[in-house]
Amino acid sequence: MVARSSRRSLRCEARKVALLGAGGGIGQPLALLLKMNKFVTELALYDIVGVAGVAADLSHCNTPVKVTAFTGPEELAGCLSGADLVVIPAGVPRKPGMTRDDLFNTNAGIVQALVQAAGKNCPQAVLEIITNPVNSTVPIAAETLKAMGVYDPKKVIGVTSLDVVRANTFVAEARGLDMKDVDVPVIGGHAGATILPLLSQTTPAVTFTEAEKKAMTEKIQNAGTVVVEAKAGKGSATLSMAYAAARMAESTLLGLNGEPNIYECAFVQSEVVADVPYFASKVLLGPHGVAKVMGLGELDAFETAALQSMLPQLKAEIQKGVDFAKNAKVAA
Amino acid sequence: MAALNRIQKIASHLDPPKLFKFKVAVLGAAGGIGQPLSMLLKMSPYISELSLYDVANTPGVAADVSHMSTAARVKGYLGPDQLPAALAGCHLVIIPAGVPRKPGMTRDDLFNINAGIVRTLAEAVAAHCPTAWVAIISNPVNSTVPIAAEVLQRAGVLNPARLFGVTTLDVVRAEAFIAEIVGADPRDVSVPVVGGHAGITILPLLSQARPALPASMTAEQRKALMVRIQDAGTEVVQAKAGAGSATLSMAYAAARFADSCLRAMSGEGPVNEYAYVRSSAVPGLPYFSSPLRLGRGGVEEIFPLGAVDAMEQENFEAMKAELLGSIKKGEEFAARGPAAAK
Repeated sequence: MVARSSRRSLRCEARKVALLGAGGGIGQPLALLLKMNKFVTELALYDIVGVAGVAADLSHCNTPVKVTAFTGPEELAGCLSGADLVVIPAGVPRKPGMTRDDLFNTNAGIVQALVQAAGKNCPQAVLEIITNPVNSTVPIAAETLKAMGVYDPKKVIGVTSLDVVRANTFVAEARGLDMKDVDVPVIGGHAGATILPLLSQTTPAVTFTEAEKKAMTEKIQNAGTVVVEAKAGKGSATLSMAYAAARMAESTLLGLNGEPNIYECAFVQSEVVADVPYFASKVLLGPHGVAKVMGLGELDAFETAALQSMLPQLKAEIQKGVDFAKNAKVAA
Repeated sequence: MAALNRIQKIASHLDPPKLFKFKVAVLGAAGGIGQPLSMLLKMSPYISELSLYDVANTPGVAADVSHMSTAARVKGYLGPDQLPAALAGCHLVIIPAGVPRKPGMTRDDLFNINAGIVRTLAEAVAAHCPTAWVAIISNPVNSTVPIAAEVLQRAGVLNPARLFGVTTLDVVRAEAFIAEIVGADPRDVSVPVVGGHAGITILPLLSQARPALPASMTAEQRKALMVRIQDAGTEVVQAKAGAGSATLSMAYAAARFADSCLRAMSGEGPVNEYAYVRSSAVPGLPYFSSPLRLGRGGVEEIFPLGAVDAMEQENFEAMKAELLGSIKKGEEFAARGPAAAK
C-alpha cells in the first residue's frame, strides 16, 4: 500500500463501491480500508444483518468517503445502483479440516443471488469475487450474467491477490528482501494445488534449490489452511484478506480512472491455457475492467509440471460452478 | 535490473531509510478493536516488530496478519505466561483489552471488569517495559488511566509524559461531523476536543473549529452538535444493538494516535495531538485531555485551552465533578491493590 500511494490518478472520478457481506469477518476490515481509500467516493455496505452498526461506526472516520448501509434483499438494489465496483466477500468461511470446495453448497447460492442483483442493477460494474470456492464462484457469476444477457468477461474477476501477497511476504522473508520490492506472479486458481506461484519469475530475481522451490510453493498453497488451523474454528483469513482485497480494489479503481500499467494477478475468463475457460494470470486493468489477460511467460520445469498436474482439479471446480449455475437457471 | 539497482541506491541516499523502527505491542489484539488495529499497525512504516497479545485467539490473528506483505514482523502471544515476552523491548504499548458497552450502559458500567484488566496489564508494563509509551483505550478511560498511573507510580517507573488515554476518536468524530455541516473535506477540518472521554466530560471547543462553523448556526444547533459528539459512542452502541461498540473507527483513531507517537519518537517533531494525560492544565483535575506537543521523550508541552465561548465554559463547569469522580474512582481502585479484584 505504501508504494502505491505515490500513484496519483490523473482524473479524480466519483467512484461508488458496493461491498456485499460488509458485516462479516472480511467485510468489516475491508470496509475500513475502503473508507480510508482516496479513490473511493461512496461506499455502499450490504449484508443480511448487522450492517447498520458497521456503517454508523465507519461513518465517524474523518475521511471524505460517504458510507451508506443496506440491510436484506429488499435493499440490495439501492446498494448496487450506480456502483462502479462491486466487491463480494459474502458467505461462510472454512473450519479446520475443510477445503474451500466444502463451502460450495452454502456459498454457491449466496453468490448467485448477489450476482443476479448486480446484473440487474449495475450491469456496467466490475464484480470482484472473494467468496470461496473462487474457482467455482467465478464461473457461477459468469454463467448467471450470461443467462441475463449482461455478461462482460472484462468485468468478472476472482480475487487471488492474497496468494500474491502471501508469496511476496514469504519470498521476501526467505531472502531478506524489502517486501515492497518483491513481486511474485501467482497463476492458476485459488485453492490448494491450483495456486501456482511462479518463483522463477519473481522480481527481483531470486534463486531457489529444487527442494526450496517445492517447500516454498507448498507454503504458499497451504497458507490459507494454516490460518484456518491457527484460528481453531474461529474463521479463516480476514485481516490479510481485507488487505489484499483492498489492494485489488484500489488497482481496479486506478484502472477505471485511466491510470496506465496497473497489473494484478486475477482469476478471469481466459484463453491462456487450452480447455481451461477461467484461469488466473497477470491482467492489465483499464477503464472497462480487464484490458488484457497476459500470458504466462516462461515457466521452469518444476512450474510446468505443477501446472499440468493441477489442471484436472481446476477444470473440475470450474465445471462444478458452471453446472450449478446452469441447473439453477433451469429451475428458475 | 542493474539500472534499477543504481536508481534504488541513489534514491535511498536522497531519501535515507529511517534508521530506527520500533517495537509495538497491542494488548487485547484479538478483540473487536484489537484485530483491525493490528491490521493497520502492520501497515505502519515505523514498526519493526508487532507483538499481538491476548488471553485467547492470538495465534490465529497473528498467523493472519503475518501474511500481509509489509515490513513489520508479527508475533502472537497467548495468555499471562507469554505477556513478559510480548512486552520485552517495547517502545509503545497500546491497550484496547476489555469488554465493550451494550445498549443502555455507560462507559462507567464497564469499570468493574476493565479496571482489573488494566491494572494487571499495567503491572506487566512496569515489570517488563517500564520506559515504554503506554496508550490506553480500555474504557472507562477517565478512570483506567489513573489506575495505570498509580500502578506505575507504585512500581517506581511512572513517567507521566509517556502515559496516555486515547481520545483521538472524539477528535476524529468532531472533525467528521463538522465537515458534514460545512461541506468540507474532513481532513481539512480541525477542532480541539478536550476534557475526558465519556459523555459530558468530552468537551469539543467548537468556537475554535477551523474552518469556523457557519454564523447561521443557532445556539440550539451548536448545542446539538456538541451533544452529538459527546454521545457518538453511544450512537454506535445503539446501532450495533448488542453486537459491540465502535471498533473500526476506534482502530482507525488509535492507529492515527500510534502514528503520531511513533513520528514523535523518530524525532520527526513537533507532533501535535490530543490525549488524556496527567496534567496541571486545570486546577483540581489531575488528569485532563489538552492539546499537546509530543517529542522524542513523550509529552513535551501541554498547551493552554485557549479562548472558549459561553456554552463551552458552561459545559466545562458542569463536567468537572463527573471527571473528578471518575479519576478518584480509578485512583481508589488502584490504591486497594490486587486483593480487591477477587
